[in-house]
Amino acid sequence: MSQPLERVDFDLIASWVQPGERVLDLGCGDGSLLKRLIEERGARGYGVELEDTEVLAAIRNGINVIQGDLEQGLSGFDDQTFNHVVLSRTLQTVRHTERILGEMLRVGREAVVSFPNFAYWKNRMAIMAGRMPVSEDLPYEWFDTPNLRFFTLLDFEALCARMNLVIRERQVLDDAGRLVTEEPNFLGSLAVYRLGR
Amino acid sequence: MSGVGIVSAQRAHFDQPLDLKGGSVLPAFDLVYETYGTLNAARSNAILVCHALSGHHHVAGRTADNPANVGWWDNIVGPGRPLDTDRFFIVGVNNLGGCHGSTGPASPNPATGKPWGADFPVVTVEDWVDSQARLADHLGIDVWAAVMGGSLGGMQALQWTLSFPDRIRHALVIAGAPKLSAENIAFNDVARQAILTDPDFHGGHFYEHGVRPLRGLRLARMLGHITYLSDDQMAEKFGRRLRTGAGSYGFDVEFEIESYLRYQGDKFAGVFDANTYLRMTKALDYFDPAQDFDDDLARALARARAKFLVIAFSTDWRFTPERSREIVHAMVHNGQAVAYAEIDSAHGHDSFLMDEPHYHAVVDSYLKRVTL
Repeated sequence: MSQPLERVDFDLIASWVQPGERVLDLGCGDGSLLKRLIEERGARGYGVELEDTEVLAAIRNGINVIQGDLEQGLSGFDDQTFNHVVLSRTLQTVRHTERILGEMLRVGREAVVSFPNFAYWKNRMAIMAGRMPVSEDLPYEWFDTPNLRFFTLLDFEALCARMNLVIRERQVLDDAGRLVTEEPNFLGSLAVYRLGR
Repeated sequence: MSGVGIVSAQRAHFDQPLDLKGGSVLPAFDLVYETYGTLNAARSNAILVCHALSGHHHVAGRTADNPANVGWWDNIVGPGRPLDTDRFFIVGVNNLGGCHGSTGPASPNPATGKPWGADFPVVTVEDWVDSQARLADHLGIDVWAAVMGGSLGGMQALQWTLSFPDRIRHALVIAGAPKLSAENIAFNDVARQAILTDPDFHGGHFYEHGVRPLRGLRLARMLGHITYLSDDQMAEKFGRRLRTGAGSYGFDVEFEIESYLRYQGDKFAGVFDANTYLRMTKALDYFDPAQDFDDDLARALARARAKFLVIAFSTDWRFTPERSREIVHAMVHNGQAVAYAEIDSAHGHDSFLMDEPHYHAVVDSYLKRVTL
């Protein structure tokens, strides 16, 4: 994943967090986003991460990281503990999609979800040419991808409607990190949503 | 790799009475301790290492009289090790009621001149922390950079954050629990029954009879030892192997696991005090900081100001990861600082003593961020 795009993703999320708010970052990796939210936005953050090496890196970054598996849900976290629960570029790797979305809005007042748009025009082109897409936002070959779920903006919004989740805000980026306003399901490579109940 | 080298124990005497949670008062007491590294001028680099059921103050290094006598947590303490003695001043202490030099059941009762024996009070985790605070005063340590320990030692680290919230900056609670389960207490009671029903126990006054309840203590340790290991580890280490290659259809030592447990039991019974064992297990059983808060752990921990590192081990069935997560989630509920690592390890509850690289890296990384 290219750094500039990642920062645009993080820029958006950072702009939504107010000083003193409590943030839970699911799949927090080495805690880069949380570190930024804590240092720049004065947030109080916790992260959940499964991989040993990432947990170690997050501890090195001084992050409140809790080792755990998102597939097990968020049992143990109390209802409505967080202002924002972030799932950044991770939803496509989670098997129990509905459960994790439900859990996010159980423990938090707002869910912030970003994911690669499978219907991005370059991905469509790759399929038209007969190959699975490999791009900035889908950087894996089909045989070693951690992604389990391949979906589009329209698919995601249909699921939100089915689950009665309210889309409070949607921002869509192309593969250069520029904001997309027209034809997002065609021109957007990465989508970032704010969801509520 | 070299550790802290030759070490020697020191003794501190405290003549101010200590009020114990059980209601009695200890008029005076001694604590035996070891230190490694150097206390800095700001006195801001001290780490207290609390021991578990069978531990003591000899945490690291070797004693001059016996080079084979290596400290019980030597693999984590020393120059360049996670508890880096080039940076930190490490204190190990033998708990009150212990049998390695601190005042305990085998010490003379000032009222009678004879060993305390059964009359030595049952001490609790809270009492230990109070006595350790006296030692901190004695050493000129106002605030610990960290207090840490595994198992029962982790409970003491947790209790420090509650008894003296302003005197501890970091708590490392390893293979710990916020309280024992009924199953844990059950194991402890079988161990105690083994000791209490040994004819050589004499109601705890065995010192006067010139005997020791070795059989009871040995059984207690054998039972305990089973619960500190994992099924997988036992299968791998011993399997169903026989010592002689064939069964004798009798009750002598046959399976390797029997031989191992008997050896561990004998070794332990030879050096440990039965009255201490009874008290250590009782301290475990009684520990329950949430009890005074309607069993609401989050409320109980609310007064803690230390930052926490909580570590659990995948195969630990005595103090399961679930128990550690209870501490973590209570702290998250309160918005307190906590990091949690769940280490993949085959060694069951005893994993906290093992030199597992990822585990040590977690402790090392955490302590490197502790400011001095």
